[in-house]
Amino acid sequence: MCGIIGVIDRQKQKMNGSGIKEALSLMNERGSGEGAGYAAYGIYPDFEDCYALHIFFDNLVEPKSKVDDIIQKWGRVVHQEEIPTKEQPNLKRSHVPWRYFFKPYTDLMTGSLTPDEDIVKYLVMEINSSTIEGALVFSSGKNMGVFKAAGWPEDVANFYKIDEYEGYIWLAHNRYPTNTPGWWGGAHPFNLLNWSVVHNGEITSYGTNQRYVESNGYQCTMYTDTEVVAYLFDLLGRHHELPSEIIVKAMAPPFWDEIDEMNDKERELNKAIRLTYGPALMNGPFAIVVATHDGIVGFTDRIKLRPLVVGEHGSRLYISSEEAAIRTMDPQVEDIHMPGAGEPVIGRVVT
Amino acid sequence: MSLGSVPLKYRIQIDRQQCMQCMRCVYNCSYGVFREEDDGNILIDSRKCTACHRCISMCPRDAINLSEHPVDYRSHPLWTPQAREDVINQSRSGRIVLAGMGNAKDYPIIYDRLVLDACQVTNPSIDPLREPMELRTYLGQKPSKLDIRKQENGEIKLNTKLSPNLELQTPIMIGHMSYGAISLNAQLSLAKAAAKTGTYMGTGEGGLHKDIYPYQDNVIVQVASGRFGVDINYLDRGAAIEIKIGQGAKPGIGGHLPGEKVCTDVSCTRMIPAGSDAISPAPHHDIYSIEDLAQLVRGLKEATEWKKPVFVKIAAVHNVAAVAAGIARSSADAVVIDGFRGGTGAAPKVFRDNVGIPIEAAIASVDQKLNDQGIRNKVSVIASGGIRNSADIAKSIALGADAVYIGTAALISMGCRVCGNCYRGLCPWGIATQREDLVSRLDPEVESEHVANLIKSWTLELSELMGAAGINSIESLRGNRSRLRGYMLDEGTLDVLQVKPVGA
Ligand code: SF4
Ligand code: SF4
Repeated sequence: MCGIIGVIDRQKQKMNGSGIKEALSLMNERGSGEGAGYAAYGIYPDFEDCYALHIFFDNLVEPKSKVDDIIQKWGRVVHQEEIPTKEQPNLKRSHVPWRYFFKPYTDLMTGSLTPDEDIVKYLVMEINSSTIEGALVFSSGKNMGVFKAAGWPEDVANFYKIDEYEGYIWLAHNRYPTNTPGWWGGAHPFNLLNWSVVHNGEITSYGTNQRYVESNGYQCTMYTDTEVVAYLFDLLGRHHELPSEIIVKAMAPPFWDEIDEMNDKERELNKAIRLTYGPALMNGPFAIVVATHDGIVGFTDRIKLRPLVVGEHGSRLYISSEEAAIRTMDPQVEDIHMPGAGEPVIGRVVT
Repeated sequence: MSLGSVPLKYRIQIDRQQCMQCMRCVYNCSYGVFREEDDGNILIDSRKCTACHRCISMCPRDAINLSEHPVDYRSHPLWTPQAREDVINQSRSGRIVLAGMGNAKDYPIIYDRLVLDACQVTNPSIDPLREPMELRTYLGQKPSKLDIRKQENGEIKLNTKLSPNLELQTPIMIGHMSYGAISLNAQLSLAKAAAKTGTYMGTGEGGLHKDIYPYQDNVIVQVASGRFGVDINYLDRGAAIEIKIGQGAKPGIGGHLPGEKVCTDVSCTRMIPAGSDAISPAPHHDIYSIEDLAQLVRGLKEATEWKKPVFVKIAAVHNVAAVAAGIARSSADAVVIDGFRGGTGAAPKVFRDNVGIPIEAAIASVDQKLNDQGIRNKVSVIASGGIRNSADIAKSIALGADAVYIGTAALISMGCRVCGNCYRGLCPWGIATQREDLVSRLDPEVESEHVANLIKSWTLELSELMGAAGINSIESLRGNRSRLRGYMLDEGTLDVLQVKPVGA
């Protein structure tokens, strides 16, 4: 089942985490108390140009020294600390959440157009693909961070003191796990670089999508289907430089019957997308919200087997599984509507 | 001392009480099993029987009984009756043993040890009767990425040009069987069926008879080592061109159409003298390495103004994946892999039964290799050789194939009983023969309907299987090995297939 919610303030006015915590807790019917998480953008203004690497360590001895080694080979750690937490009676602390503010040495990655991002991506893949036991990078973007754990939304939020962070984009997820219960790494949001994903559903095309991203240099290590969405966005958005509505079209394309009816130009475009990005098409029931620095996009599968509701209020755009969650966060919300199947809902920062 | 005769393969018996002496069996059997005596009695020569079942299917009284191996040998696990008989026959003839149809050895069938997935609770299955189910398949090169820009005015502009692709309404095509090997009526039935179902059929290396011209938009023309029937008219008419390097039933050797099968019409279509043996050499004499192949691909594209996809067909041999990767680097649009169970009109038995690898493993390793090298988009993968039903197709696609060719199954839908005597040119079903009286038994109107029905029913079953797995578009099944599990497959095979065992 799972409950998701995302919000953007298009004017980049910041919101603290208390609102989204309440909204997410409202959807506890959709969760099981075994996983919840938040992603927030704009929270580290002091380290704006550093990659904030959030890592779960099983302990601070061996895994951490290994991670220190590899990170320091590839760049400079500007600052590091344990992520501040507050013990919660109902939350069992399984890992030590840690954060590094990191600047890659760009000259180390040859043959790349975006060397700093590729270094960070390489480090994430390297650390996570079990070469380093007991360490898991769960967030790696700039001026943003993911906070997640196994527990109910309010406990996870209080554990990380979510109220104290101020961001202009927030994503949150309430998990009902079937695959990897109780594992902190299995909670959403999933993140790679600036891409964060919350996802309600199950991707029946996972094997196909996984092979596609793997043949493009990504490694799926989280034992769950959601991470593939983050990698697809990174591949199609960052490497192929596709506009976000086209990425959504690749993942949830119109049916051939619809394409056949389009005018020549549209048909050519849509056919090209389906032929080229067939392996990126995501099948199965899902509702997804993806965030990056300059916006959020929400969409569902092609026959809308999972709910998604949109609300707007001034510069704020909300996307959620439930209208009630949006109303909890913003009782004054105007213009609630339900997007069609596969139709992207895009909220962009205007500056 | 004579070696004497080997025991009967089949025994035919007529229940004389049931028989009404209509003589249909006498008329229908082209192998001469039945003879009508002057007194109206029917004499039976069981030794001539091939188990083609023509008599049995035509007998109005169900009076005919056929039993296989009616005479036992002393049983022995190593010296099977077949092993003994081959030795006896070869001692007598001093020749290579010929055999028809596919590999007849008792190897395990991987398809039968793979199981498909279905949805329960966490994701809903999709009902193909209510929701769209997309099986449309495009074969050909795909770009690795699109250049799409958003312009100042907000308009989206596509700057990538697609290369020509074949559009199929179902991922099932009819494989190459040449006019000569099969009759014109048989080919016509296949062509009509392909047109009816929105798919394609292959000409084989026998040229394109003018009677097939009306269906040319659904025909893939083949260029093989004999170059039979190849001219610009032929190339221009096909929807796509296929270069045949090898064939699963007999990898590494050429083809041989006996002169008896080369009648005037066949000779004209093949562009060879009537009555002459049509021999395709083992290699193409202008292809001695991969770059020669790349040249031929380019040559054919140049000749047809780069308007048609060019496929390359190879037999599934041990290093099939590396060969396929080489082909993907040429300008070829699809690689066809033919597994060791692929059918044939005639092949040396020693090849048919011993050379090559199963199609299931070949698909998996080709798809994996292309993926690893990041060139999977450069070619479509078409699988053939021993595909018997819609489940085999679903499994092939989940292992990584884009589409399949069916051959034997299409023949069975026209009457073939897989008797394996195609090379004798006496097929009583009018399929693998050029004898006019036999050919006329096959009515293209009727048989094209049967072939089309087969394709339609398999397409329906594919939709149901996909829907049950929560998939509504064929591209989400392709290479989706997480929807397969291996049952009683050894670890090595599971590793090649990259499929988990059941329960995992
Ligand atoms: S076809 Fe059947 S009924 Fe007719 S003659 Fe032969 S065995 Fe008798
Ligand atoms: S096509 Fe070949 S195998 Fe089939 S019935 Fe005719 S001769 Fe026998």
